[in-house]
Parts: sequence; C-alpha cells; structure tokens
Amino acid sequence: MKLLPLTDHTPAGAEDRTVLALANDADPLQAPLEGVTRIDLHFPKFTDGRAFSQAFLLRRRRGFEGEIRATGDVLADQLAQMERSGFDAAVLRAGQDMATARRVLASYPGYGVGRYQGDAVHVAPHFAEAA
Amino acid sequence: MYQYTEFDRQFVKARAGQYRDQLTRWQAGQLAEDDFRPLRLQNGWYVQRYAPMLRVAVPYGELSSAQVRVLAKIARDYDQPNAALFEQAQAAQDKLGPVNLKSGLSVASRLTAGYAHFTTRQNIQYNWIPLDKSADVMDLLASVSMHGIQTSGNCIRNITSDERAGIAVDEIADPRPFGEILRQWSTLHPEFAFLPRKFKIAISGAREDRAATAWHDVGLHLIRNAEGELGFKVLVGGGMGRTPIIASVIREFLPWHQIMNYIEAIVRVYNRYGRRDNMYKARIKILVKAEGQKYIDDVEAEYLQIMEHDGGPHTITQAELDRVTASFVPPTLQCDRKSADAKIANILRAAAEDDIEFGRWLKQNVAPHQNPDLRAVTLSFKRLGQAPGDATADQLDVAADLADRFSAGEVRVTHDQNLLLPWVRCDELPELWRAARKSGFARPNIRLLTDMIACPGGDFCSLANARSIPIAEAITERYQDMDELHDLGEIDLHISGCINSCGHHHSGHIGILGVDKDGKEWYQVTLGGSDGSTLSGAPVPGKVVGPSFSAAEVPEVIEAVLDTYRRERAAGETFIATLRRVGIDPFKAAANSARFAATPAAAAVA
Repeated sequence: MKLLPLTDHTPAGAEDRTVLALANDADPLQAPLEGVTRIDLHFPKFTDGRAFSQAFLLRRRRGFEGEIRATGDVLADQLAQMERSGFDAAVLRAGQDMATARRVLASYPGYGVGRYQGDAVHVAPHFAEAA
Repeated sequence: MYQYTEFDRQFVKARAGQYRDQLTRWQAGQLAEDDFRPLRLQNGWYVQRYAPMLRVAVPYGELSSAQVRVLAKIARDYDQPNAALFEQAQAAQDKLGPVNLKSGLSVASRLTAGYAHFTTRQNIQYNWIPLDKSADVMDLLASVSMHGIQTSGNCIRNITSDERAGIAVDEIADPRPFGEILRQWSTLHPEFAFLPRKFKIAISGAREDRAATAWHDVGLHLIRNAEGELGFKVLVGGGMGRTPIIASVIREFLPWHQIMNYIEAIVRVYNRYGRRDNMYKARIKILVKAEGQKYIDDVEAEYLQIMEHDGGPHTITQAELDRVTASFVPPTLQCDRKSADAKIANILRAAAEDDIEFGRWLKQNVAPHQNPDLRAVTLSFKRLGQAPGDATADQLDVAADLADRFSAGEVRVTHDQNLLLPWVRCDELPELWRAARKSGFARPNIRLLTDMIACPGGDFCSLANARSIPIAEAITERYQDMDELHDLGEIDLHISGCINSCGHHHSGHIGILGVDKDGKEWYQVTLGGSDGSTLSGAPVPGKVVGPSFSAAEVPEVIEAVLDTYRRERAAGETFIATLRRVGIDPFKAAANSARFAATPAAAAVA
C-alpha cells in the first residue's frame, strides 16, 4: 500500500478528468469511470466506514483497476482495513508518523498473520484457502 | 466446544499484541484519546463511572473450565481498584442515598470488587481493572483463547445463541457450528469495522426461541423446508433502546450454505445507507423501518450480485461445516438410570425440607436433554447479597470444579445471567445438587421472579440514569419466601438503568427502566413484554404504566401487580397468561394505587 504524507497529496481538480473524488453518499455502482485512473474516497471521521464499502464495490463489482486513494481522517490503525477493502493508497492525516504507520500496518491481525474472511483483494476466505 | 486451531490461537495472540502496542502509543501520547477510544472499545474496554470496564467475549456462551479459572484469576488479581478509588466511588454512591422502603428496610449501594458479571448477551464483564493493566489481562485471556474482540464499538458484536444449543430436546439443528463460522467471518471484518452503530446477531436452532432473536439486528432460526433441507429463516431490524422494534422476516428460507453471503448483503446495505447523523437513529432497525420493502429489495439485489458477480466467496462448504461441527461432538457419557431413579427417590424420601427443595430444584433448575441419560442444570447466580449475575473469583473457581466433576468441563453463560452445566449425568443429579447447595448455587429460583435480569446500572455504568442493583436487591429481599415465589410461578422481571436497555426491560413481563428527572432517580414500569419464548409468547415490548415511580415505590408497585395476578388468575395460569387474558388495566390500576402520597417535590417532577 502506498502511504502518502498530506503534503504529497494533490486533490482532484476540475480540469483533471483522470482523478475522481467520490462523495460518501455517492453510489460507486453509478459513478462514471471512463478515463479515470484514480478515485479518491473520503473518511470525514475515521469511524465513518462508508468508504470501505465504496472501495469494495469499486474493486470487486466495477472491476476498477486504477488507484483507490483514502483521504481525510486516515490513521495508522485503519490502514489494513483500507487495503483489504480495496484501497491501494492512503494519505495520512497530518501528524501521523510514517514509520509507525508502516509498522502498525504490517503487524495488524487479519493482515500480517492471516485473516478469516475474504475481502476485495483476497476473495476466498481462510477456510476455503486452507482446504 | 470449538477447539481453537493454531491459526485461531495466533490470531488472538496477534490481537492482544496489537492492543498492547495501541495502549503503549496512547500512554506515550502518540495516539490521541479520540483516536484510541474506538480501538479500545473494539477490544472491550470502556471507561465507566469510576474505572474502566472490560467486556470479554464468550462466543455463543460456551466456556471451558480452564477458561473459567482464568476468568476467576482475572477477578481475583486484576478486578481490584486501589483503596483511594474504591473509597471515592463508595462515597459518591452514598451521596445518591439509600432506597428507604415502606417496610422500614433501607437498601444502599454497596460496591464490591474482585468479581465478574454475566451479561444478557452471554458475555462477561469486569468493573475495576485499571487501564494500565489492560494489556496484561488481554495476554492472560489469549492464553486460553479468549479476548474482547468486537464486544463494543459500532461493529458486529459477539454472536449469541440458545443456552441449550446442541442439547435441547426441541432442536432442529445445532446452531453452534454456524455461530462459530459466523464468529470467524465477522472477526476483524475489514469492511464492517465502522458501521453506523453496533450490530448484534443471535442464532437459534430450536423450535422455542430462547435467544430473543427478534430483539436483535439480525435473528437467525435454523429450520427445515418442505423438502427437509436445512436453512435459515432470517430476521432483520429488531432492537431495544428508545425505539423498541421487533425484527421483520426478510427471508423465510435461506439455504444454510449461503448465510455468510446473505449477511454480507444485509450489512453492506446497512453500512452504506444507515443513518450516521443521529446516534439514536443509527441502528439498522431505523433503516429497515424507514425503507421497508426497499431495504429488502436492496439486500436481495446485493445478495444476487454477491452470488452471481462475486461468485459467492463465502459459501460454506460441507467440508468446512464438518470440520467445525467435529468440535461440537457431545462427550460420551452414560448414566445408570435405574440407580438415578433410586437415588432421587431416596432423597425425596429424606428430610422434609430436602424433599421440597430438591423437588423444586429438579423442576426449576434441571432441564431435559437430547441424550435421555443427561440433563442440563442451571446454577443460580441470583441470591440476596449479590447483584444479579455477579460471581466472585472463588465462586468462579467452584463453578469450574463443578463443571469438571459433573459436566465434561463445560459451562454456558445464559441470557438470564446464570451458568448452565450442559452435560450432567442423571444419576449424578443428587451429588451435584448437594455440591451446588453447599456453594450457594442451588437456589431453585430459575425462571421465577427473583431470577431477574438486571444491568449494573448507576452503581457502575456512566450511561445509567438510575441504579438497578438496589432495586433488584429490594425486590429480592421482599420475595425470599420460597413457597410464595413458587406460587407466583414463572415471571420475567427485567431491570435496565437507562434506555440503552442492557437489562432488556422492554422484553420483561414486568420491566423496570431507570429514568432521570431533575437529577433524581425515577423508574418507569412496563407490563406485558415478551422475549419470544414459549412462556412469554410472541415478542413484543411491554406497555408503560403511567408516570414513573420513585425507587421506594417500585417494590410496592411490583407487589401490587403480583397481588393483582394472584387475585385474577385461573388455576395453573402464569402471570403473563393472566395479564394477556384480563388485559393490562387492573394491573395498571393496582400499580398506580401503590404510589405514595405525592410530596410537593415528587409531584413537581413526576
């Protein structure tokens, strides 16, 4: 997963049609994706989990293969959930330590030590893979 | 019981390690309070009135004796506030004042430490563990494959089931393997960690609903269709709180293989469209009520996509069901029924007191079993001097010993806040009764008035509007006469200290709800609620009886209501049946007549 400090993030602009910023209440199944190479999803608070389902639907249902970027209240402890839901880039909220974020991501249970359920990246659940 | 694989064990250990890291970062100031709170909540750590509260997950209520001993150790070694904190807490509770009863008795808050508390969702709570010891406790729990994963927070909570799962005589299929499969699926689900609100699933495999499934966000009933195939009737959108709603059936029959795919659709639609602007309207019940058929259509459309487009990745294979089911093979136990009959007859012939008490115990605390050689026995944790569902460290150790001696090393936490021994040989009932009686667990009050449900209330919980425990104690004190208690028969009395309804007051035949008026403790009484069990009838919230009562009035109200029952009942008729037959009015009138003469202060706030 690509981790970006806030300073390296350029928000979607009106003139650039390759980057789409999708609002939390927008339906990812209806979003026009032609020519889009990056979709920014937003976490107004890290406890608002709508973007997880949006990312899942974009990856699994729409088959979107470009970048899905997490923006907003993005913290180290939710990165693993983001990656598994289909995000492949995240812009850390100001004040988040990059090294800590990488360490926390790598050691997340359900990420580093295996996971029970299938997700946007690994479709099959643990029991189906272990069988 | 489910046997943890190496993978399961590593997972729980990794979770404990992750929590320790988060705690350390919070202590070092690297993780802000607001950023840490949801993380500790999803590990079961609340901060309550005086100290943190830990909720430990007990999947579908099953515990091994080894786990119970670790729970006892945690109670003994960690559920211990320092003296200053404890004194301060007791002094603050003293300021609330005692409940002065008409009888002259005065019931005050008496805080205790060093114990565990059984909850209505079959979990276990501690009230005094300091947060700086929390990571040590998580390690200790992990040593016996236990944890607090998703026991709080806006995520899929621990899944509850029938206390008689796998042993009930009216069972269609054992719900525990499905409970375990769903536990694994929901554990740290990446997409569903931050739902609009908490999400509770209950699963029953029997004809009688002993798991209050209709009161859950998702209720699952194992059934067989006309072809004899196994599947689920799926209910969605039940819940208590400010807006009590009975769940609606969303699917009459879903093949068992598809339960995870289907619940994924239910939760995904909820995650996208559930309200996030108002905490009190965020549960799925509000979405289901507001959207009606549209919600059902959305779920069915999403389910179709999961099956057809995604390929139904969480379809349960027969091999996986077999693997998990293999953990739930009953222990091989047999009893000598002739000797059992002789022993029981012998005790019944013995001293007159034993005769009555043992007979009552057999009737109330002992339930039939799928294996005719075995019985399910409930240990009562409802007695004077201890809050409903509380167990000290020593009591937990004794319960573990009883489980080893009499129940293949297994106990169950019940929805009614007791412990159940699921594998008792019928010829050992007399020995178990003696042992349980010696330890104070043989009180034959299961399903009777004093087997009441009560939350910790205003003695511990920071959400509570009023205390539950002194009310429970006052009523327990009043109904100590076992003859009277048995004459009153089976009654569900449920007490919640606030509208969050942890004490399930909505579903009690008699419900008591703590409310706050001008900073004083008042109690609303409801009548006629049902959890959906055979005794209680179709699930329904109770009806409110007039304005709320003072704490001192509550026991008088209960007595007036019960006296009305005794006056109105037909021979052999239960409280709830009488109430349904004659209607609520005479009970309401009796309750209202039990009000004390209004003092100016009481009149102003009532």
